[in-house]
Amino acid sequence: MKTHVFSAIRLTVVLLVVCCIVYPAFIWGIAYFTPSHGKGDTVEVNGKTVGYTLIGQSFTQDKYFNGRPSAVGYNAAGSGGSNKGPTNPEYLTSVQVAIDTFLIKNSAVKRADIPVELVTASASGLDPDISPEAAYVQVPRIANVRGISEDKLKALVAQHIQGPLFGLFGPSKVNVLQLNISLDHTK
Amino acid sequence: MHTEIIGVVATFIATVLLAIPLGKYIAKIFAGEQTMLDFLAPAERFFFRVSGIDATREMDWRDNLLALLTINFVWFLYAMVILMIQGSLPLNPDHNPSMSPDLAFNTAISFLVNCNLQDYSGETGVSYFTQIGVLMFLQFVSAATGVAALAVVINAMKERTTDKLGNFYNYFVKTITRILLPLSVIVAVIFLLNGMPMTWEGKDTITTLQGDSMQVSRGPVAAFVPIKHLGTNGGGFFGANSAHPLENPNYLTCIIELIAQSLLPMALVFALGYYLKRRKLAVMIFSVMTIGFLLLTIPTIMLEMNGNPMITHMGIDTHSGAMEGKEVRFGAAISAYWSILTTVISTGSVNAMHDSFMPLSGMNQMLGMMVNCFYGGKGVGILNFYIFIIIAVFISGLMVGRTPEFLGKKIEAREMKIAILIALLHPFLILVGTALSSYFAAHDTTMGWWFSGKASTWLSNGGYHGFSQMLYQYTSSSANNGSGFEGLSDNNPFWNITAGIVMILGRYLPIIGPVAIAGILAKKKYIPESAGTLQTDTATFGLMVFGVIFIIAALAFFPSLALGPIAEHFSMH
Repeated sequence: MKTHVFSAIRLTVVLLVVCCIVYPAFIWGIAYFTPSHGKGDTVEVNGKTVGYTLIGQSFTQDKYFNGRPSAVGYNAAGSGGSNKGPTNPEYLTSVQVAIDTFLIKNSAVKRADIPVELVTASASGLDPDISPEAAYVQVPRIANVRGISEDKLKALVAQHIQGPLFGLFGPSKVNVLQLNISLDHTK
Repeated sequence: MHTEIIGVVATFIATVLLAIPLGKYIAKIFAGEQTMLDFLAPAERFFFRVSGIDATREMDWRDNLLALLTINFVWFLYAMVILMIQGSLPLNPDHNPSMSPDLAFNTAISFLVNCNLQDYSGETGVSYFTQIGVLMFLQFVSAATGVAALAVVINAMKERTTDKLGNFYNYFVKTITRILLPLSVIVAVIFLLNGMPMTWEGKDTITTLQGDSMQVSRGPVAAFVPIKHLGTNGGGFFGANSAHPLENPNYLTCIIELIAQSLLPMALVFALGYYLKRRKLAVMIFSVMTIGFLLLTIPTIMLEMNGNPMITHMGIDTHSGAMEGKEVRFGAAISAYWSILTTVISTGSVNAMHDSFMPLSGMNQMLGMMVNCFYGGKGVGILNFYIFIIIAVFISGLMVGRTPEFLGKKIEAREMKIAILIALLHPFLILVGTALSSYFAAHDTTMGWWFSGKASTWLSNGGYHGFSQMLYQYTSSSANNGSGFEGLSDNNPFWNITAGIVMILGRYLPIIGPVAIAGILAKKKYIPESAGTLQTDTATFGLMVFGVIFIIAALAFFPSLALGPIAEHFSMH
């Protein structure tokens, strides 16, 4: 018994050095050779950092493509989903309200064309993407606010669609931040 | 939409194809044969010398268990102390506070037992020192503990009579140096190339395109996430776990994280086959596990891709599926696949929020944890399966009127008592916990010190779904899974302590039981196979094992599932 106790303590110290100092230091060293040096990829506009590529941000103004509802208000100091059950009456009412609000803001859109992801909260609350359909459905509103032709905006969305991995696996998506940056540069 | 299905199928096939050679490699490590990582041997000898351990000394099952439990207790004390003083330790750029004693107890136990239930959020609840020095450390060693216990049991299954079952420390250290660390480095490099951060800097503050101010949490994520999955641990660096864009940046990393978490549980089944030179037995076990897994996975994928009927009813376009609590870059299909994979093996990481899944998907997730041996957690999945095999052998033996035997050893009263106790422990812990918490919630008891306010307010949903939230929490704790219906307010003494106790019992007894049975059987006289021996590597016997699993899970858990997810499902229509 006694030998087990002392061996256990000594082995623990050895493994702390191996797993918690040597291993992370090695990974940290490799991270230095990545473009962001491991600090996270950022997006710059005119030399100013406006966001992280992977982290969604709040777009509430009508002149921008809006992202998905977020349970944490796109505050990346935290993260999380709504955790509402699928039959929760309070939750279903909030979805109904989101649909009605969307229809008021986008009067040209038919109810049946609203993609579900635009009225449901993401898992992280920081989802950087929307589906191509969710981008196209906002085009008439933005065209109206910005005075840019719908065809031009549709072409812009099409440029920003990232297809499935290797063209085979997974869904298509559009990064909202990058789309909106291009939008700001479109006349 | 079909690209989502192709993504899931490709991920599953890739995992199986990688698991077979890895299983062969692991069998060689257990047997002490030559492998390509033998250049690490001097380092391992150095570790043993510094620790005063003779790794060549063969120990019996009791001594092996004693070594396992002793070192686990040392880690528990270490973790408790650090968690309670982390606020004053270095590597805490965001100035996160120390943990309260009940939260520290829950967190230390949770990571120690490979469960990784998290009653805190990574962004605000722990320092980088804790993330790397305590939580990630426990992710390495708890996974290796499970594998080492399995190695002892497999060693005991050999055709011979002995009480020498190898050396726990030897299996344990080699699992870390030869399996977990090398794989972690490979996976970490892939993650780094896909934009996962690895930094010691704290939160960044930026002004968004729209002009708002926003903070972004970061950290040494790329070192943490590989072992989180390879060790079937599942505890997230961030609160949103692998749904967080920095913890799972894209579809490729999603596939890699899925492969990483299921690779070793599958490989260990093949390792058993190679090590014992009983390929047919491994194929039987793998087939039963896979059939069980697919029976849970396929309906879940269909339900999630189909979407929430109550939202479809509102007349909008739901062709992308049930997207509440899911991320666009993953989609409904692979999120559904992940939710079942993470619950059948004991990972408990999530890339979508289980609380918002369809009711029957939630039931399938719970069934995965209730059975807890379709692939199963690191090492312990097969140990749980072993218990079901022992019971199936016994029942089959009675049915055909022969003395029950498994791999040439007679199964007698003592082993059966242990097996039955372990099989019943899991439903006992889950149902007693759920009954207790439901009683308080239903009576809306004032909980005093245990919970601030009335008991019903710990639920974020009412009715059937509220019941499911409590059932899920204890199921996840007892199965050492760690995922949750996160709407439950679990950071308070009541949930921290009761779930903590369930986690301890749900971990160590199901390790002690199978090791004891295997140790007792190993000492018995070896009876060579004859024409009268019950064949345990056939499809018929596989069906028998499946039947035993089905009966135990169905009979024990069906009433509670009927009250929660099944009732909720019917309330939708």
